[in-house]
Amino acid sequence: MAKVEDTQRSALERENPDDLRHYYYQMLLLRRFEERTSEMYVKAKIGGYCHLNLGEEATIVGLMAALTPDDYIFTNYREHGYIIARGVPPGPVMAELFGKETGVSGGRGGSMHLFDAKTHFMGGYAIVGGQVPLAVGAAYALKYQGKPGVVVAQMGDGTTNIGAFYESLNLAKLWNLPVLFFIVNNGYGMGTSVEMGSSEPDLWKKGASFRIHGERIDGTDVLAVRDACRRLRARAEQEGEPAILDVVSFRFRGHSVIDADRYRDPEFVRSGREKHDPVRNFAALLHDHDIVDDDWLKAMTDRVEKEVQEAIDFANASPDPRFEDMYVNMYATPVPNIPGPEDAIREVKINRGEL
Amino acid sequence: MPVITYRQALNDTLGEELARDPNVLLMGEEIGVFQGSYRITEGLLQEFGPKRVVDTPIAEEGFVGLAVGAAMLGLRPVVEIMTINFILVAIDQVVNHASKIHYMFGGQVRVPLVIRTPSGGTGQLAATHSQSFENWFAYCPGLKVVAPSTPYDAKGLLRAAIRDDDPVMFIESLALYDTKGEVPEDDDYTVPIGVAEVKRQGTDVTVVSYSRMTAVAMQVAQRLEGEGISVEVVDLRSLRPLDRPTIIASVKKTNRAVVIAEDWYSYGVTAEIAATIQDEAFDYLDAPVRRVAGLEVPLPYAKELSAASKPSANSLIYAIRKVLEGKKK
Ligand SMILES: Cc1ncc(C[n+]2csc(CCOP(=O)(O)OP(=O)(O)O)c2C)c(N)n1
Repeated sequence: MAKVEDTQRSALERENPDDLRHYYYQMLLLRRFEERTSEMYVKAKIGGYCHLNLGEEATIVGLMAALTPDDYIFTNYREHGYIIARGVPPGPVMAELFGKETGVSGGRGGSMHLFDAKTHFMGGYAIVGGQVPLAVGAAYALKYQGKPGVVVAQMGDGTTNIGAFYESLNLAKLWNLPVLFFIVNNGYGMGTSVEMGSSEPDLWKKGASFRIHGERIDGTDVLAVRDACRRLRARAEQEGEPAILDVVSFRFRGHSVIDADRYRDPEFVRSGREKHDPVRNFAALLHDHDIVDDDWLKAMTDRVEKEVQEAIDFANASPDPRFEDMYVNMYATPVPNIPGPEDAIREVKINRGEL
Repeated sequence: MPVITYRQALNDTLGEELARDPNVLLMGEEIGVFQGSYRITEGLLQEFGPKRVVDTPIAEEGFVGLAVGAAMLGLRPVVEIMTINFILVAIDQVVNHASKIHYMFGGQVRVPLVIRTPSGGTGQLAATHSQSFENWFAYCPGLKVVAPSTPYDAKGLLRAAIRDDDPVMFIESLALYDTKGEVPEDDDYTVPIGVAEVKRQGTDVTVVSYSRMTAVAMQVAQRLEGEGISVEVVDLRSLRPLDRPTIIASVKKTNRAVVIAEDWYSYGVTAEIAATIQDEAFDYLDAPVRRVAGLEVPLPYAKELSAASKPSANSLIYAIRKVLEGKKK
């Protein structure tokens, strides 16, 4: 035991303490953002489906710590944390959840369809598996244009059972594309466990017949995730070797905010949250190694609380999209014979009983 | 003006656009080494090399999705789907992804993608290889759908599609590949997307059609001229956006309309056009709009059955005579 402690200590000593503190701050921000998001959903500030990253904070922050500004990220619909950890302020993210014009997608996408071109956050996608070929295509473009960087195709464990995933693996390896298949293995796709859905539950092995290297990683350990991502990222970029990362984490709640999670034993969920809380465990680790103290932790809690509250205030104060802008961004290249603002206004008035 | 085939017009345009813009690339099954299932890409691999002309494995969902993702980063992929029947395994990438990405993400990213594919039935290809699904895509806001009927339009619309920053479904027809028409040389013209054309002026009846059925309509119009029937032919050229004003202007002039398309009768393109005409030109109609479309069966293989289940020149003539019944000479 002492030996493990020592290795951990020396490993931590090699780290820049500011980085470690920053990871903690980011994880706490995601945690609090999602807890407040859940609250806002219950208050009906947020509509549609809403999937939270609670329990997956280390997975997300570890990944983002390994990426460079050249890299691109495509995710599924459980992506609030990814776009924030990638550097988008929480305000426009919350505003998108609220359906406001100031949201990251102009209020047109919602929780499942966040996007930010500036940080190369290439979107949350809500058709299971749909983002995977897109990510491979982005990697194709990088290679074609001789640009640096890699592309992350994030997905859930359940997504490894859909055809698009396998076609993507084949193309990625066939054409040696710089793409990482980042599987957030939280054990469940909705109510279907990995064992119920996958004939090969060791998801990292699923690339074997495509000659794609795979690894299983502890997704509750931010440094383990970061290090594996860094290593495989470098190989992808330099050698065009795609890889599968099977990142095991624990989903704290049901599939989405409205899912009562009846299919998981409450005791399993309780003990899982107890054991696998990446935020609390990391705080304890930093504290035990004298990298942070109680005052610092308290200050972080206050800071994050304030930032998330400001995000909510920003979202609340933001304007709704205008009816006359219904058809804005319908097409990138203008084209005749499509409806415009006057049509939108007329149709909306009829719809609202105003004509 | 030189007279070339529809196939040649497509092949020339692909070559010219590859030469013009290094971000243009072709992808699809059998388009390179095999020279194209229907020889549309013949010679292009030799001329431009494997980086620009990419043979894909049989994985429509994978490579269509890949093309969408590549387009999001600035490439301009022109994907060939061997025939439109095979795009059904990639429809998620077209309908749920390509068509949504620009709007749904607040206009932050563009998808300059072209998907070329022949539609319709010919040569006893039977039930799974003879379908017309362009209406499925025309149904979907966010896509542009074009379907040229002549070599001239094929060239001008393909240029426009490749230079357009939106996803464009470019619908071809196996039966048109060998048809010929005038195409100017050294003329960088484009045909605008979303604009129909009156291909032939007439006064008695408007026939609305696109792609191969426009070719049929032109022949029929020629034939009926001898009988003193003056047919105006509106070639839609684009199914989305649909140029309703051109259709309506023609119907207001002739007061009678027949719509012909190869797809199935119920829920097909003809239904949309007929509804448009009753919406916007009801008071101008002297007869109900007639629709000519495919018989509602999985297209049978047997030669005569097969031919009889697709609309023909005869079915169009029959419909024209019907709408002209009672018209004073
Ligand atoms: C093609 C498709 N089928 C079904 C659904 C409905 N659905 C949404 S999420 C989900 C489970 C996905 O699980 P997983 O990939 O493990 O991701 P997680 O939700 O755990 O992040 C399902 C079945 C969908 N959105 N798309």
